[in-house]
Amino acid sequence: MTAFDASVEMRPRLVGQRIKRTEDPRLLTGSGRYVDDMAPQGLLHVAVLRSDQPHARIRSIDVGEAFAVPGVVAIFDAGDIAGDFKPAIPTSRMKGYYATPFRPLAEGKVRYVGEPVVAVVAESRYAAEDALELISIDYEPLPVAVSKDDAAMDDAPLLHDEAGTNVIISRTFARGDVDAAIAAAAVVVKGRFRMTRKTPMPMETRSYLAEWDRRRQALTLHSSTNIPGIICDVLGSCLDLPGNRVRVVAPDVGGSFGGKGSLNHEEMLVCVLARKLERPVKFVADRMEDLTAMSQAFDETIEAELAVDADGRLLGLRADVIGDIGAYSIYPWTGALEPVQVVSFLPGPYRMEHYRGRVRGVLTPKPPTGPYRGVGRPSSTFAMERLMDMAARKLGMDPSEIRRRNLVTAEEFPYRTGSGIIWDRSAFQECLQGVCELVDYPALLRQRDAARAEGRWVGIGLASYAELTGIGSRIAVAPGMPINTGTETASIRIDATGAVTAAFGISSHGQGLETTLAQVVADELGCRMEDIEIQHGDSALVPMGTGTYASRSAVLGGGAATKTARVVKAKVLKAAAFLMDVPVDDLEAEGGIIRARSSNATMTFREVAHAVYAQMGRIPHEQREDLVGSESYDPYLGTACASTHLAMVEVDPATFAVTVKRFAVAEDCGRIINPLIVDGQVHGAVAQGIGAALLEEVVHDEGGQLLTASLADYLVPIASTMPEIEILHVEADLPNNIGGFRGMGEGGTIGAPAAIANAVSDALAPLGIEVDTLPVTPDRLFRLVQAARGSARL
Amino acid sequence: MQDQATITLTINGLTYTRAVDARLLLSDFLRHELGLTGTHVGCEHGVCGACTILMDGRSARSCLTLAIQADGATIETVEGLGRMSDLGRVQQAFREHHGLQCGFCTPGFLMTITDMLRHHPLETDDAIREALSGNICRCTGYQHIVDAVRELARERGPLT
Repeated sequence: MTAFDASVEMRPRLVGQRIKRTEDPRLLTGSGRYVDDMAPQGLLHVAVLRSDQPHARIRSIDVGEAFAVPGVVAIFDAGDIAGDFKPAIPTSRMKGYYATPFRPLAEGKVRYVGEPVVAVVAESRYAAEDALELISIDYEPLPVAVSKDDAAMDDAPLLHDEAGTNVIISRTFARGDVDAAIAAAAVVVKGRFRMTRKTPMPMETRSYLAEWDRRRQALTLHSSTNIPGIICDVLGSCLDLPGNRVRVVAPDVGGSFGGKGSLNHEEMLVCVLARKLERPVKFVADRMEDLTAMSQAFDETIEAELAVDADGRLLGLRADVIGDIGAYSIYPWTGALEPVQVVSFLPGPYRMEHYRGRVRGVLTPKPPTGPYRGVGRPSSTFAMERLMDMAARKLGMDPSEIRRRNLVTAEEFPYRTGSGIIWDRSAFQECLQGVCELVDYPALLRQRDAARAEGRWVGIGLASYAELTGIGSRIAVAPGMPINTGTETASIRIDATGAVTAAFGISSHGQGLETTLAQVVADELGCRMEDIEIQHGDSALVPMGTGTYASRSAVLGGGAATKTARVVKAKVLKAAAFLMDVPVDDLEAEGGIIRARSSNATMTFREVAHAVYAQMGRIPHEQREDLVGSESYDPYLGTACASTHLAMVEVDPATFAVTVKRFAVAEDCGRIINPLIVDGQVHGAVAQGIGAALLEEVVHDEGGQLLTASLADYLVPIASTMPEIEILHVEADLPNNIGGFRGMGEGGTIGAPAAIANAVSDALAPLGIEVDTLPVTPDRLFRLVQAARGSARL
Repeated sequence: MQDQATITLTINGLTYTRAVDARLLLSDFLRHELGLTGTHVGCEHGVCGACTILMDGRSARSCLTLAIQADGATIETVEGLGRMSDLGRVQQAFREHHGLQCGFCTPGFLMTITDMLRHHPLETDDAIREALSGNICRCTGYQHIVDAVRELARERGPLT
């Protein structure tokens, strides 16, 4: 690999090393501070009465004896707070789109089971929950179309009358003449693929604490969010407060995976109530509330047809996608986020001329879908990678070979896909080759064949994908979305003690950014890592920041850190040059020491800072500058990140349980800041991908009622069901981005479901089974096998 | 429902006497009455293990235990395992192996592992994974946690 910046490469670096995390001591000793750990004086607690109806008009609400419960302070429905806020509107310029207004409590009617209707405020959560039991809501049930297919019908009952339709998103991406390509192809494979609804399920539930400062007439929201800047901006406009009187702080946050990356009803609610009651108000969801009402994910049906020539070269892909976006278009991302990404990314990392992808997003009486780690790409990769294997099977070609023939090669970058995505230099081919070498693919095939000869159901599956990460201002997640996701700002200052404070708009919630950004700043500034405090997760830190999502924080935060540290370093060296009476270019800084190359004379950062700030007249006033800087970074296009996953599975013929015997990942995330952290991100994301492939499923019945409202019903991977994950890092150069970092927080969720689905299909290939729905639970597998055996007997 | 009882219990070596509602959960007692917020609550139905503490030496779900059931008990929580400047051995191993990310499930894992190391051989990875299977972590995929426990079990040697 070539050097990224020669002046930087000369020094011993922290970037690239397995540095232990600075976050850990507090989190390991119970000294972390999550929202529910805070209890300001006078704190009130909110409990929420939620809709038990999927679609109904609220006729009346009877609070009964609820006020008589000791400790109850107030009870609110939508009418009681109607004048206290404006709804949030997730706007978009998409044609035919309707932006559903988003409110703290349901107004007039309810649109999903779990939607907040009444809020009880009490001195304790226990008292608030007691009061909920005494409140009854009289509903007039309205007709429902629970499934997306029913809801998309012309005569379906409307969830939002003002929209005039349930189909509020409709887009088509096309290039070339796909119909002709399919008609003329040697081989055509098709399928109807579905990843069912899932929930992000972070370990910390959604938690919000709002405090109203009567003196300043200002609001502070402590929120378990990963987008404090976005929440701050929208609350300011909903509550009609200027930005200097709204502050959103995300303290330690117990994971999100997207579930805490949108505006929530209860998040608005506590703010409205804190201002109204002039007391601190806290809402902490319990697990059932999160499983019921946190934003959910996936839930598209993808009908797709792939045309391939006799040599296995891809000719064209035609797809029709329908996405169930739930009852509201989520703020700020809109309901287009998940289903439109499916169609954008469906052509995958492959060279293919002809493409047409049509997508519709349909309102249904379920919680809104929102961002979930991987956004759209787990589903698109699942469909495309299944088609690749189906085509290979028809051609009698090895799955690795058909991928090798079609993955975009190094000479072809930048490559524009049929949907318009531009893949820039990334190690597409190297990841495929790398993973095959890592596991000794030919030997693995022999192992599989030997097992198969014994009658065992053992299979191998590959999945290749690419994703856009660290996206800059050139690309909007959805057209006309009301926020800018393309820039990040860093603000660095050195104080009179020589301590360095670096503040960001990003918001770490498990990624270890306090460690990785300190590595970057220490390298660039030349100070000691232990002298740096990284601040993040607070809307007041920088003028504009959005948060941490979409694998952006290493790319954008790292870029902003680098640019800003260079500005501050220049000021430090300029002051030192004057103090030491040497030319500035004779100076270098490392480990907190500034050294003159010619004389070996040194000063510490602390000495320079003391001279600048505390010693009057030491530096002439016209030359003296504060040791501060603030720069923003916009990678404009962003980066591409590529990977190939490989899974080997065995299906138990008695229980139909799938065991993952081996799992390997070869991935290119560019220059690695901290290998320990990158490995951890891959492990965790792959675990969620395995969960999506085998276990995790949110089930609503035909009446719109949730059937998976506990962790005994909604299953996630546990230690005894997870395999050891083997990882190969391919650090491909990325010359156009500061630092050479590619984002990598999401990737594992994208490749794993497809790799497992391909492996299970391979294991059951003797029966001719092609997995088309995930999770492939024992129940689904049993039915597939029964059906295959039934048809075999015919 | 509002019945109160006075309980006395020892937590991390300190003895507390408090009047509590009969229905108060031990997890809420620790967190909200005593300010020991290191113990976390992840599901309140006993599945996730985030609230795990040691009660009379064995791991227990504090979200499925009433405070009054702990009357007379000896409780250990994450706050008793070590300090930021002086991490206990299990905490150190977690840090060295990057066994935590968001940190929310971590106190429960640390308490479970403390119990398992005292009472179980943990000779194989399968045994370690089985021992950890009552705690959910959503960030790490468990691999680095298994690495930490493997090292701790080796260091401890066979149970005597």
